[in-house]
Amino acid sequence: MSTVTYREALRMALDDALRRDERVFLMGEDVGRYGGCYAVSLGLLEEFGPERVRDTPLSESGFVGAGIGAALGGMRPIVEIMTVNFSLLALDQIVNNAATLLYMSGGQFNVPLVIRMTTGAGRQLGAQHSHSLEGWYTHIPGIRILAPATLEDARGMLWPALCDPDPVLLFEHGALYNEQGELADDAGSVDLDAAVVRREGSDVTIVSYGGMLRVALGAADGLAEEGISAEVVDLRSLRPLDTATIVSSVVRTHRAVVVDEGWRTGSLSAEVSARIVEQAFYDLDAPVARVCTAEVPMPYAKHLEDEATPQVRDVVSAVHMLGA
Amino acid sequence: MTEAAPAPAGASSPEPAHGLYLLREMVRIRRFEERCVELYSDMRIRGFLHLGIGEEACAVGVMQALNGDDAVVATYREHGHALARGVTMRSAMAELEGKVEGCSRGRGGSMHLFDKATRFFGGNAIVGGGLPLAVGLALADHMQGRSQVTACFFGDGAVAEGEFHESMNLAALWHLPVLFCCENNLYAMGTALESSESETDLSLKAASYRMPAWEVDGMDVVAVEAAAVAATEAVRVGGGPHFLELRTYRFRAHSMYDPDRYRDKAEIEGWKHRDPIDHLVQQLASVGSLGEGELEQIEQDVDAEVDDAVAFADAGTLEPIEDLERFVVTEAPGPGTGS
Repeated sequence: MSTVTYREALRMALDDALRRDERVFLMGEDVGRYGGCYAVSLGLLEEFGPERVRDTPLSESGFVGAGIGAALGGMRPIVEIMTVNFSLLALDQIVNNAATLLYMSGGQFNVPLVIRMTTGAGRQLGAQHSHSLEGWYTHIPGIRILAPATLEDARGMLWPALCDPDPVLLFEHGALYNEQGELADDAGSVDLDAAVVRREGSDVTIVSYGGMLRVALGAADGLAEEGISAEVVDLRSLRPLDTATIVSSVVRTHRAVVVDEGWRTGSLSAEVSARIVEQAFYDLDAPVARVCTAEVPMPYAKHLEDEATPQVRDVVSAVHMLGA
Repeated sequence: MTEAAPAPAGASSPEPAHGLYLLREMVRIRRFEERCVELYSDMRIRGFLHLGIGEEACAVGVMQALNGDDAVVATYREHGHALARGVTMRSAMAELEGKVEGCSRGRGGSMHLFDKATRFFGGNAIVGGGLPLAVGLALADHMQGRSQVTACFFGDGAVAEGEFHESMNLAALWHLPVLFCCENNLYAMGTALESSESETDLSLKAASYRMPAWEVDGMDVVAVEAAAVAATEAVRVGGGPHFLELRTYRFRAHSMYDPDRYRDKAEIEGWKHRDPIDHLVQQLASVGSLGEGELEQIEQDVDAEVDDAVAFADAGTLEPIEDLERFVVTEAPGPGTGS
């Protein structure tokens, strides 16, 4: 075991992928000389050179589209977008090309592309760098959406994502980069399809993903002190959703709280709630509860940002409301 | 700054057999599209149908410069590009009729013709959206050391899109093997160039990205071919991206829904006098390259090919509804990509 940060685990994954396959290259704003805006790719330029660790101009649509084209041309690009808010400048390429080319071409042209980007609040970056828009992307057929919440997933999701013949969006939560923990020395690829029960429990299921996993686990710790046993499910894959794992947990606990850093309206939490209601309605002892971000553009001031985003206490009180 | 310039002149008249070939290719596109109009009226083709009648010289001229392993990215007005590239008329017509035998299995329709065999990457109906793809295809060739070229077609309307400028910059910055082919037909749907661009000299815009940019008579297939050959040769040997502004005109409305209220009838008639097919016929005749009955023979052959394509499409099958969700994701994991 070694002590590493989430950032280092992501870097190990990039390093490994660049080593394993000549077709893999990384491109994006400031990934090279600067070392990545969050220092994820620090040192990779020196190791792999400017062809394979490629700085781009500030042209999100241009370089994401170029990543799609390069994937069509036989490469395995990893495109980094600084933050999910900036990915909106590339929505045309992601939604109209990456997600549709295989279908529109009748199965002829698949797009083996990975797009990494930062998501989430908690760093006082205001309303244009802090949103959790991954739920939006889950609306789109044709792309896989991943949210690594643990060191193992930060280390292990990239390579199988590159092996996926279709486009994958990988959302790294900005508040996790400095999280530190133990990672096995032989840590490698992980399964991409299954949600995982991160903590077993019997009284309530807390469903979360990405940056909210630690909030869910924190709530479970607090609830345990009160004698409430909470099970925590980490979605990991936001599209496709592993509905079976969610439902099988809820069928056992009879209560569900969905914790989502996105806004409540039209959110991924709404989708998860709907699936629980569709498939486990008669097993529920209480309505499905949701803990989401307040419906405001993210404020800068710390106390307001904390108030806007789901906190441990919010999850605990949601569980209490269910009568668990 | 690289100057925008007239294209280098080629031979004044093509070698006779090649001239007849160019003529045949343009007639194929023209008659195919005319038949599409009939089929549209007959409700056998639906959706948007954008015709390139009048613009045939652009597609046919440029395709002469490409090799089989080069790539083509086109727009939603791409029947001509597909046919000139070698997509079969049968599979194109079947696609327009929404049949599974179509080049996109009936998933794409008129605006989304795709064909892996000829490296024809669509059929892109977001104006400007194909340019970044072309840059990426060229990046893949560059990184893998292949001397292939990606030809990217788009219209004058695309020049107003941010993706145009992002793509010009990336291609020039990274010195990528892209041949940008701007079919300037003077209208972005119904909006005239002078109503949408502060600088209407499109070659000048491309040249400002430090790439050779040539103005070409897009109604003259021989001139288009000469320019495309010269540009492609330069691109292929590491000359970086080149830009061709093909000055052309569509004789028909933007689409079947367009009443064409925004163009002056005299302007349309004026351009029709420069019909690229008539122009080539006269050119070939004037140097004695068009023998007795040869045009008639071409017309006869093309009519037969179009009849055959329609018969093929009519006899085609509809994709089973059970297949609706196929190809949202790749069925069997593997390395198969469009390269």
